Amino acid sequence: MARVVIRNLNKMYNEVHAVKGVNLEIRDREFVVLVGPSGCGKTTTLRMVAGLESITSGEILIGETVVNELPPMDRDIAMVFQNYALYPHMSVYENMAFGLKMRKFARPEIDQRVREAADILGIEDYLARKPRQLSGGQRQRVALGRAIVRHPQVFLFDEPLSNLDAMLRVQMRVEIKKIHDRLGTTAVYVTHDQIEAMTLGDRVVVMKDGIVQQVGDPLELYNAPTNRFVAGFIGSPAMNFAKVGVAEEGGTICAVGDGMRLKLPARIAERLRAHIGDEVTLGIRPEDLYLASGDGADGLSFAAVVEVVERLGSQILLDVKVGSGAMVAAVEPTVQARVREHLRLRLNAERLHFFDGRSEIAI
Amino acid sequence: MIEGAKWRRWLYFYIPLGTFIFWLLFPFYWMLVTSVRPDRELYRPWMAPNYTPFWTAHPTLEHITNLLTETLFIRWMANTLFIACVSTLISLFCGVFAGYALSRLKFRFAGALGTGIFITYLVPQTLLFIPLADIIRNFHLGDTPWALILTYPTFLIPFCTWLLMGYFKAIPRELEECARIDGATRWKAMVYIIMPIALPGILSAGIFAFTLSWNEYIYALVFLSSAEEKTVSVGVASDLVRGDVFYWGQLMAAALLGSIPVAFIYSFFVEHYVAGLTGSVKG
Amino acid sequence: MAVSDVVTQRAFARAPRRGAATRLLEDERWLAAALLLPTVILLGLFIAYPFVEGVWLSVTDARVGVPGHFVGLDNFTMLWNDSIFRVAVRNTFVYTAVATIFKLGLGLWLALLLNRNFRGKAFTRAFILLPFIIPTVLSTFAWKWMFDPTFSVINWTLFQLGLIHARINWLGDPNLALISVIIVNVWRGVPFFAISLLAGLQTINPELQEAAAIDGARAWQRFWHVTWPLLLPVTMVVMLFSIIQTFADFQLVYVLTGGGPANATQLFATYAYQIGVGTGLLSQGAAISLAMFPFLLIVVVVQLLYIRRVEVH
Repeated sequence: MARVVIRNLNKMYNEVHAVKGVNLEIRDREFVVLVGPSGCGKTTTLRMVAGLESITSGEILIGETVVNELPPMDRDIAMVFQNYALYPHMSVYENMAFGLKMRKFARPEIDQRVREAADILGIEDYLARKPRQLSGGQRQRVALGRAIVRHPQVFLFDEPLSNLDAMLRVQMRVEIKKIHDRLGTTAVYVTHDQIEAMTLGDRVVVMKDGIVQQVGDPLELYNAPTNRFVAGFIGSPAMNFAKVGVAEEGGTICAVGDGMRLKLPARIAERLRAHIGDEVTLGIRPEDLYLASGDGADGLSFAAVVEVVERLGSQILLDVKVGSGAMVAAVEPTVQARVREHLRLRLNAERLHFFDGRSEIAI
Repeated sequence: MIEGAKWRRWLYFYIPLGTFIFWLLFPFYWMLVTSVRPDRELYRPWMAPNYTPFWTAHPTLEHITNLLTETLFIRWMANTLFIACVSTLISLFCGVFAGYALSRLKFRFAGALGTGIFITYLVPQTLLFIPLADIIRNFHLGDTPWALILTYPTFLIPFCTWLLMGYFKAIPRELEECARIDGATRWKAMVYIIMPIALPGILSAGIFAFTLSWNEYIYALVFLSSAEEKTVSVGVASDLVRGDVFYWGQLMAAALLGSIPVAFIYSFFVEHYVAGLTGSVKG
Repeated sequence: MAVSDVVTQRAFARAPRRGAATRLLEDERWLAAALLLPTVILLGLFIAYPFVEGVWLSVTDARVGVPGHFVGLDNFTMLWNDSIFRVAVRNTFVYTAVATIFKLGLGLWLALLLNRNFRGKAFTRAFILLPFIIPTVLSTFAWKWMFDPTFSVINWTLFQLGLIHARINWLGDPNLALISVIIVNVWRGVPFFAISLLAGLQTINPELQEAAAIDGARAWQRFWHVTWPLLLPVTMVVMLFSIIQTFADFQLVYVLTGGGPANATQLFATYAYQIGVGTGLLSQGAAISLAMFPFLLIVVVVQLLYIRRVEVH
């Protein structure tokens, strides 16, 4: 069983509390992604699992063993680094064989494993070359190969695709996913790119300021974010937010904000009953905003002025001004819209999110 | 970029550069000419007409042969070579380890020790030679090459350490981390990964250390007394001057031959030497 | 190559039992200690210990073969009243200051010349360093021969060119000796300055010069406002090394003049040798050597502070 259990993990750097009480259980064969902005503690957490950083308090288990005191070489893990970290003075073959040599594997066994991994990654032709003779994508494959030959219990990835150009990144993402499906090894993957997180992870862990914000599968995070940060972090283009006051007018609950007055359908309104009189944050994703026909009598639309029209081909992004704030609407490519045009946007009430004005937790 | 007329280029570039080169290299040329000039041509007073002042029509090898057969010159060369090689090896050994420890390991006194080692580099030999002579005598090392082999590292190690720290720092941390995850102990990661990559730096430090050892004088002068143990610099300065008479032909031959090993090794590793010199300055 | 083969070949390495030594060396602090031990021992034995003993010697009246008794600062007072010592101090400061200025100026000029591209540049650069590479004693003897009062080739040339009529006694004339010695020191040091400054120049982005030229700056203005400030860090480090070496110089003067004529070229180091080793007055010799230390310390501290300040920027 190669699960990874992290219990009450904390890391202090002098005065800075970089990782605060992280609890996580990664199941055998699972691909878990740690995602968050720079400085959120995801890389530190990964490095503690690897044994490259000391643990201030808490426990990490790999398999059934508590690994707090074990040096990296004894944890049976393999890591793929952002900068590939290929040994420049060794050939591709020697790079991949190094770990096995250190563990005193027999030469024929090493050869077999290296060729096997090279075959999976399609780098058999490069085995004699030195890293400096390879392109970025090839180097990353070698880094992957080096990890694969070790047949470890857990793969660790530290932003491995950040140094690649956009197209290569998409290609390698798919490769990594395929390799994981094929090998089935437990994997922990760190990235700041939420698209990578969503496409690669069986489960995604969103972190901010050293604290785990939410853990769940990608769709769960997308549809039911537990707080405003997760809602704004996941999804591209990002969710639109607006501060609104909750008021009761003649039996219906309304959300009143700068430039909008929304009459909320009963089911949704019930959630807000406890917050009447308070200010909450409303969230709606760009893809859940539509051009409204009619005059807005249904109470779910508001006025907007187009500021920028971004034509992406598959959709059009309208950057609009609502009241004194701004929003983005993602609409069909057939929509005709011009800059400075006044129009009305309607939102899909089923897809509204609300967050408490102070705690920012989802309502 | 000197734009403009050709004369400007000559005035501002070729002439100054030529003058510099001439001034810097003439003494060596003079060394060479004097070594092969027969005695009768050598001792012509400064204002006597001399039809071939800057070369000789009758080159002779007698100075060189006398030097090699009648003096202990070859023995001195052997001594110096031995001392320089062993000191360099010791200094590289200590310097590589110290440089690695100071640049890649985190421990409490790293900063203080680094500064301390740097400071020792700045303590000149002429400050320490008198008490050191005493200490050498107490350790019964006087008049042996070991007196020098053990004391030369005092100015070689700080330099090597400092130079190698620069090279080590340039190696990404991830290489070591990856090696440690791959199964290497810290020690093995240092030996198998870091040191091969830093090889140019190690070569540079070695070359520089070798030339510095060859060049040292005051310790050799004070710690060695018997003629057989002397280094080239000391031997040439003391034993080739007999009773206030300078045998210039032989002296210059000695100077020339004594310079050759260093110049020879230097010529193979110029790039490394320059890298060592500039690396230590850019720090 | 079946996927199942890969999966079943998984080898779960149980954490191996490691020897105590290996485990100890995994700890950063113990490994650092082990790696630094040889260096610390060597430097401690042959620098720290002699330094302390040197201080001790300087406050005793020890002589060769005669152990000393504590005499406080007597040696230093004696030196202070010693006219030769005062001459040596003055000489050393003059020697260091003048030589350094010339080495810096000429070295900089040479570096600027070498900074252009020309045929044979690498070759030239290699040859230029020879004065610095070749053992000092040996090249100094060449200069001694060139300065010889009777047979000097320099005198011969100047005479043939009609520039002099009486011989120049480079090393024997008390008024000229220090100058001659400085010339040889500068000759030896210019390559070091030149190559180091050249390296510094090469790290300066040429676009800065070009932008300045477009802005209308002339050559010397470009140098003063763009090149020089960017070169300053390297210059300071080079000067640090050079000043210390020159201040404590021994070989050059010892071979050329031995400190004479009439102490015209006596320096700290040569005087310390003369007194400590020549006449066997160990304690006084040690005191003379030690007298160098305050100045060196000031130089080092000033330069370190400067470097620290530059780094902060």
